[in-house]
Amino acid sequence: MRRFAILYRELDRSTATLDKRAALVRYFRQAPPRDAAWALHLLAGGKIAGAKQRIANTRELREWIAAESGLPDWLVDDSYDQVGDLAETLALLLDDPRQPGADVPLWEWIERRLLPVANRDVEARRQVVVQAWRCLCFDERLLFNKLLTGALRVGVSQRMVQQALAEMSGVDIARIAQRMLGGWQPTPQFLEALLSHEELERDRQQPYPFFLATPLEAALRPDAPAAAEDDANAGDDPGSAPPALANDPQAVARALGPVGDWLLEWKWDGIRLQLIRRGGEVALWSRGEERLDGRFPEIEHAALALPRDCVLDGELLGWREGEDAPLPFTALQTRIQRRKPGAKTLSDTPARVQVYDLLELEGEDWRARPQRERRSALDALLAAQGDPRIVASPLLQAPDWPAAAALRAQARERGVEGLMLKRADAVYQAGRKRGDWWKWKIDPLTVDAVLIYAQSGHGRRSTLYTDYTFGLWDGDTLVPVAKAYSGLDDAQILRLDRWIRANTLERFGPVRSVPGVHVFELGFEAVNRSTRHKSGIAVRFPRILRWRHDKPAAEADRLDTLRALAR
Amino acid sequence: MSAMRELVELRPEGLYCPAGDFHIDPWRPVPRAVITHGHGDHARAGMGSYHCVRESLPILEWRLGRQRYHVVEYGDAFLLGPARVSLHPAGHVLGSAQVRIEVAGRVWVASGDYKRQPDPTCAPFEVVPCDTFITEATFGLPIYRWPDTADVAREIVHWREACEQEGSAAVLFCYALGKAQRLLAELAPYLQAPVLLHGAIAAGVDVYRACGVALPPTETVSDQARGAEFAGRLVLAPPSAAGSAWMRRFRRAQTGFASGWMRIRGNRRRRNYDRGFVVSDHADWPGLMRTVRETGAARVIATHGNTDAIVRALCEDGIDAAAFRTGYGDEE
Repeated sequence: MRRFAILYRELDRSTATLDKRAALVRYFRQAPPRDAAWALHLLAGGKIAGAKQRIANTRELREWIAAESGLPDWLVDDSYDQVGDLAETLALLLDDPRQPGADVPLWEWIERRLLPVANRDVEARRQVVVQAWRCLCFDERLLFNKLLTGALRVGVSQRMVQQALAEMSGVDIARIAQRMLGGWQPTPQFLEALLSHEELERDRQQPYPFFLATPLEAALRPDAPAAAEDDANAGDDPGSAPPALANDPQAVARALGPVGDWLLEWKWDGIRLQLIRRGGEVALWSRGEERLDGRFPEIEHAALALPRDCVLDGELLGWREGEDAPLPFTALQTRIQRRKPGAKTLSDTPARVQVYDLLELEGEDWRARPQRERRSALDALLAAQGDPRIVASPLLQAPDWPAAAALRAQARERGVEGLMLKRADAVYQAGRKRGDWWKWKIDPLTVDAVLIYAQSGHGRRSTLYTDYTFGLWDGDTLVPVAKAYSGLDDAQILRLDRWIRANTLERFGPVRSVPGVHVFELGFEAVNRSTRHKSGIAVRFPRILRWRHDKPAAEADRLDTLRALAR
Repeated sequence: MSAMRELVELRPEGLYCPAGDFHIDPWRPVPRAVITHGHGDHARAGMGSYHCVRESLPILEWRLGRQRYHVVEYGDAFLLGPARVSLHPAGHVLGSAQVRIEVAGRVWVASGDYKRQPDPTCAPFEVVPCDTFITEATFGLPIYRWPDTADVAREIVHWREACEQEGSAAVLFCYALGKAQRLLAELAPYLQAPVLLHGAIAAGVDVYRACGVALPPTETVSDQARGAEFAGRLVLAPPSAAGSAWMRRFRRAQTGFASGWMRIRGNRRRRNYDRGFVVSDHADWPGLMRTVRETGAARVIATHGNTDAIVRALCEDGIDAAAFRTGYGDEE
């Protein structure tokens, strides 16, 4: 495990993408396949055990470390509050062993020591964990604890791992990405297949990596590059351009050229979906790389009726027949987790796919063909079947950018998020790539809300209070309506952190309540009614737009204002 | 009964000994100050007179200029009113001292800042038995446990070698007084070339050398020829130089920070250093607990830092513990 602990340390230390990738390549070149398979699984965000295999929960880990370090429980909790990362806290509370044990491979730790005690009695599980703490030095102890507490969170995107594997093996990254989609076992056999130069049987059942759009604001910045590769998290952060530019058709024209070079569609607020119909079998894949088989039987049924084998890319929505707008996203949420929906669910929230791309037709990969050609073939394919549950997302006609802007202005009443702009000659790329697919969303709704709770963040922010809960006035109490994590700069975060520490009213575990003093303008995409929230509403994608130093808390918005916007 | 008065009280201007009518490391001007060590938050300007140990004098003169100094040797007692006062090594930096106060058979000790790890540049901490111990608590949580300094020194050496391979300077930030000199002394066995110093650190190094502390060869950055090659050079600089124009001369540089705070990964990432090295001039948690026990004090007062945890932990151990809110910083 030492080798993987060193890799973890290198990844954790470095902020430079190139260094991280080099460290990954070095690791995968040297590690034995059995270790490397687990490392890949873990770096891709996997955990060592399934949800029903318990090795240690966080309460047990805290109890065991208290006993092992001879510290009272409250001191373990205080330490955790200071560090903000349980795995790290556990590692910090012990000294290194005088005589470290011999190095045991990563796979052996997982397969021979940890997994065999899953769900066994507490003493058996405690023994394994505490023994490990006693023989491992700090870096390995930290990594070992990370295996127990969940994801590694070491600032490595899936794509970076794939780049490293591609560099090391010479296999095309698109193929590696495709082979990594969906469920796989961390075995040497999988790793070998993943890096195989041959076309494999399994390759035919896999979905393609999704092509993701970038917020148009990124193109409107004066210094915006025409095309660039974004890192994993940049996509949903519009932030950088003044919002006014997105409302100026001239600015869009300057950035994108003639409107005739673009295909325009509505931007749906649903679940991105890849529908695979190959050899009479149907598979549904979400963008979260999850197979949705069984959950949307009406879609699978309709897919079987398609005239030809194909792979389609589109949006899954709740949509009642005869209605001219989809159901709100919250309605669809009731169906995502339901593996076998009953008749009532199926009739309350019928699903529909708005298809906008054709990736494969009769076994042939169409991704390198131009957008316009894929679109014509898609329209022809879907015109040949009459099922209203799989339909082509309509192409919108706009003679110029002001007309496109006028369409965008109708978005909210149509229940969509805005427009998609796709370059007519674009190929279907993998991941979030700038230049050919833009999302031109409507301006967010805004509300002035009051900070009422704070919790410390993760990773780089783990020693700071950065996860905020905001409330709106209902009578003279503040009711929580939204959580937001992003939107403040480092200096503001630091300032707010100090204030939170100095003004804590109560602590509930890691959460602190604070007096309702600070007002923030929050932006969000939509408000839906919800029975699961105390406030009776749920906001979509809330984020902080600015700190309203000018506004006293008493003048923050009322819950009724937000309720009135709910669909 | 006046004999039961506190030997040291917290006053708005600092820790005060009413029997001897003097303050310890006051943060506002007072007539008579006893100084534990030369760091800026402990030795401030504007006092009527300063009591300190001989080893601390050059540092105070460097920082505060000409003042009325009363200099004593470690362990030599002097009388301030009825209070018998003596200064004892605290192991924090050169000339750092604990203040022992004895009045009518009762003994209080104010620790100032201290550490229990060996430090080649200053006298080691001396356990001074007392009834009441006023302890610092900068790192008052059990997550703070210091690794062996020699191991950390080797880590720094390996880091410099890695920097050399990629053609970068290795700029190590550390406090100019105490930490920088201790690092130099710890690194001495491994150095092949003189260490480069930022001006602020060079001044402190000169003071240490003048006191007879042996330090390896150094050069100042400003004395390097125009266009000098910095790749692979180890450079010591104060944290305030991070991100400043001064850094540009190195073209390619990795940055490190040597501090007890670097024990926590989040602290390093938040401050954006490439590397953190855990070297502290303060006591870690085991050091604090051990010291309290060894003094035999029945009563403990914690100052600056994480006082909540240490006070509660000591109370649960049957020690009468409380905290003073002082004006000392937790910079390290």
